[in-house]
Amino acid sequence: MNALKQYIDLYDESREVIEQQSPALLNNLRRIAREQLENARLPRKGSEDYEATDLEEVFGHDYGVNVNRLPFDVDLSETFHCDVPNMSTCLYYSSNDAFHSSATAERNIGQVVVEPFSMAAVDYPELMEAYYGKLARMSDPTVALNSLLVQDGLLIYVPDGIVAERPIQLVNIFNAALDMMVQRRLLIVVGKNASIKFLACDHTQSPDYHYLNNQVVEIVAMQGSTIDYYDMEESTPFTRRVSSIYVTQHEGSNVLIDGITLTNGFTRNNYHVEVNGEHAVTQLLGMTIASGEQHVDSHTFISHNAPRCHSNEMFKYVLNDKAVGAFAGKILVKPNCPRVEAYQGNRNLCGAPTAKMYTKPQLEIYTDDVMCSHGSAVGQLDEEALFYMRTRGIGIDEARRLLMQAFVADVIDGVRLDALKDRLHYLVEKRFAGTLSNCAGCLTACRSN
Amino acid sequence: MKEIEKPEKGNQIIEEAAQAEYKYGFVTDIETEVIPKGLDEDVVRRISALKGEPEWLLEFRLKAYRHWLTLKAPTWGHVHVPEIDYQDISYYAAPRHKKEGEAKEIDPELKKTFDKLGIPLEEQMRLSGMAVDAVMDSVSVKTTYRERLAELGVIFCSISEAVKDYPDLVRKYLGKVVPYTDNFYAALNSAVFSDGSFVYIPKGVRCPMELSTYFRINAAQTGQFERTLIVADDDAYVSYLEGCTAPMRDENQLHAAIVEIVVEDRAEVKYSTVQNWYPGDKDGKGGIYNLVTKRGLCRGDHSKLSWTQVETGSAITWKYPSCVLMGDHSVGEFYSVALTNNWQEADTGTKMIHLGKHSTSTIVSKGISAGHSQNSYRGMVKIAPKATGCRNFTQCDSLLLSDTSGAHTFPVIEVGNDTSVVEHEATTSKINEDQIFYCNQRGISTEDAVGLIVNGYAKEVMAKLPMEFAVEAQKLLSVSLEGAVG
Repeated sequence: MNALKQYIDLYDESREVIEQQSPALLNNLRRIAREQLENARLPRKGSEDYEATDLEEVFGHDYGVNVNRLPFDVDLSETFHCDVPNMSTCLYYSSNDAFHSSATAERNIGQVVVEPFSMAAVDYPELMEAYYGKLARMSDPTVALNSLLVQDGLLIYVPDGIVAERPIQLVNIFNAALDMMVQRRLLIVVGKNASIKFLACDHTQSPDYHYLNNQVVEIVAMQGSTIDYYDMEESTPFTRRVSSIYVTQHEGSNVLIDGITLTNGFTRNNYHVEVNGEHAVTQLLGMTIASGEQHVDSHTFISHNAPRCHSNEMFKYVLNDKAVGAFAGKILVKPNCPRVEAYQGNRNLCGAPTAKMYTKPQLEIYTDDVMCSHGSAVGQLDEEALFYMRTRGIGIDEARRLLMQAFVADVIDGVRLDALKDRLHYLVEKRFAGTLSNCAGCLTACRSN
Repeated sequence: MKEIEKPEKGNQIIEEAAQAEYKYGFVTDIETEVIPKGLDEDVVRRISALKGEPEWLLEFRLKAYRHWLTLKAPTWGHVHVPEIDYQDISYYAAPRHKKEGEAKEIDPELKKTFDKLGIPLEEQMRLSGMAVDAVMDSVSVKTTYRERLAELGVIFCSISEAVKDYPDLVRKYLGKVVPYTDNFYAALNSAVFSDGSFVYIPKGVRCPMELSTYFRINAAQTGQFERTLIVADDDAYVSYLEGCTAPMRDENQLHAAIVEIVVEDRAEVKYSTVQNWYPGDKDGKGGIYNLVTKRGLCRGDHSKLSWTQVETGSAITWKYPSCVLMGDHSVGEFYSVALTNNWQEADTGTKMIHLGKHSTSTIVSKGISAGHSQNSYRGMVKIAPKATGCRNFTQCDSLLLSDTSGAHTFPVIEVGNDTSVVEHEATTSKINEDQIFYCNQRGISTEDAVGLIVNGYAKEVMAKLPMEFAVEAQKLLSVSLEGAVG
């Protein structure tokens, strides 16, 4: 059985309803997506870049799709009553697939535009026309499926020269009394010399149901812009997520993407970065702490299409129990792009005999005057370091925890938001100590610790 | 950083290097028996009949041929193998003996050929101290030192002879490491393989000399499908060398070989290759397609297999000498220098499959790309869940000598337990200008400086080659690289 078929059939049946509720722009792309999906197949385990991951299985579950966009009866004022300590953000949230803003959203008014597509299509038609669906590759069936079924999304637009004072925070929450798949979609456009910090966190409030978040994020970084994109996942064993982030960078732009997975069920993160301008800087960071049967698979592709760019990737995994980690990364340097510096690192700790790690770091270089390297290692904690600590009276468990924290510290230190950095150190500490209950460190703390 | 070399000078040097002559491009005018082009079951039967093979081997070939028909050529490599018309190739070419019954006497033309290549076929050339099996096109023409080796129980002969003289041994091991179902080219080779070497080192014997096979493609419009089988029984040791050349021709020729190695308890095999097939001219015309499957099975505990390769030839190289580390504490090594120039394409690397506990492997790969060439390292390190305490270290460096060449790395790492350690490091860069400047300051020309730096860069691998080969390989590198600086 082809898992895509059930969704295509659903679309064909409910096409009118879906189209009526969406801006014309989304409907235009839908038609292209439908054609793409005609003969498409989801990658199975063993396909290129899917060594450990079977998307057919992930999408094969019988999820509900909220075609009619029925509102869910969730009292959000009840659930959100906490903020990150010392960090005042402009908070938005999406409950399943519907966007809401909070009172704090007012804070950036006059600087940054944050609007659902339904409004943005009216307010900023040119912007939407110019960028929506232009970066994401429809050849990826998950992107095509998102484009086919998505009914709303969020536009974040920072006009030229604006430096957003406060970080924008988007909290994605699954809370429905049924198995469900949602198509989340974001478009982030940051104008010339503008700057924004963005934090997304994924949570699941009802852990007994199966959820699938198939999300597509498109990020445009104009000349001289700076974008920080933090993506934190703290969900449940039944929550699955397939996320594709597409970035295009212009001259002198600086983009940092940091993906953190603390608890989850299944996650596949795709990062696709096109560096089109000189002196652009790209940083991709990733950290995964996985135990139980968590599955985290990251795939990165950075294409250097212009000279004198700099990119740096570091992904770290700590795997325990029956967790499966996978990393596949590719750095491409196109012809006539001298003086590119590109580094890629993937370091992994396997803490249990049943944990599995797959890694595939790749370089494809077509210019000679470059400095590129990648390194990958899978191993365990240093016995000597452990011994050293024990001779100083630190118990074995504590010593292991300390070393594991030190291991992931540099990924956390890459965060350019102090309050978040502190919070992450705290969360990771709790995660390793095994005392991180679901949502405990959640920036929203929807359930009490 | 300051530009040291003016671009014109750099280009000139590259051009010189690109025009460096391929020394082995001559053709021997010798009567050759070639069977008509084309491939079907009859051709397979005919090859088998020409070689006087037993029924079981013909069966093996036919099974492989039927399987091959169901396969498609692989396309995943970072090489552009054009559509090959397998019906337009002759699958068997043998230098014809002048008279019946004089098989043992070697044709003077042939001898001249191998002398020209520097291969000592006559045993009076004892100084070279190497046992050689020389293979021209589809047949082995001469194996030296056989008697002396036989005293120790070492079998070193062509595989066709081995099939006749030691059928049980061949049958026991043939196709066990690389089954005919392995891949497209392995199936093709299993169906039509012509000649190659067979080596058997009995228990406890340390082979006193280097064994060597020299492969030569001479006839036009033929393919070479050699098959080599090396078995090292318990506690045995052998160092085996392989060299290859071909004439300069405008057409492309196919070389699809299989090498199988079995290493038993505590035995050690060292396999070295200097691959110098004709790489095509500077416009990328002609050259050999070198599509090879090489694999060793470290079956015994504490066994060791070491691959060393210097790849400078072939228009297209598609080759992954691999180790299946089945025995506990077994060791696999892979040392490679791959140099590509002009329009050559190389996709090479290794697989280390760790099945035995505490097995270790080391991979050192050095790629050098010049001209318009593409050079890729593709490798896999797999640690099975039960293979505890394994260790792997991989280092693959790429050096780019021109802005039109490409260097790529495609490693795959799979670790299935928590007691193994796997490390992979790779870098890509051009020659450090500071180093060239340093040499220039001391009166060393840029050309010599590049030679020095490249030799230093490849030294780690060259040091693993046996003496006789190291010299040849070093020369080869300097010829192909003469001053190529970008």
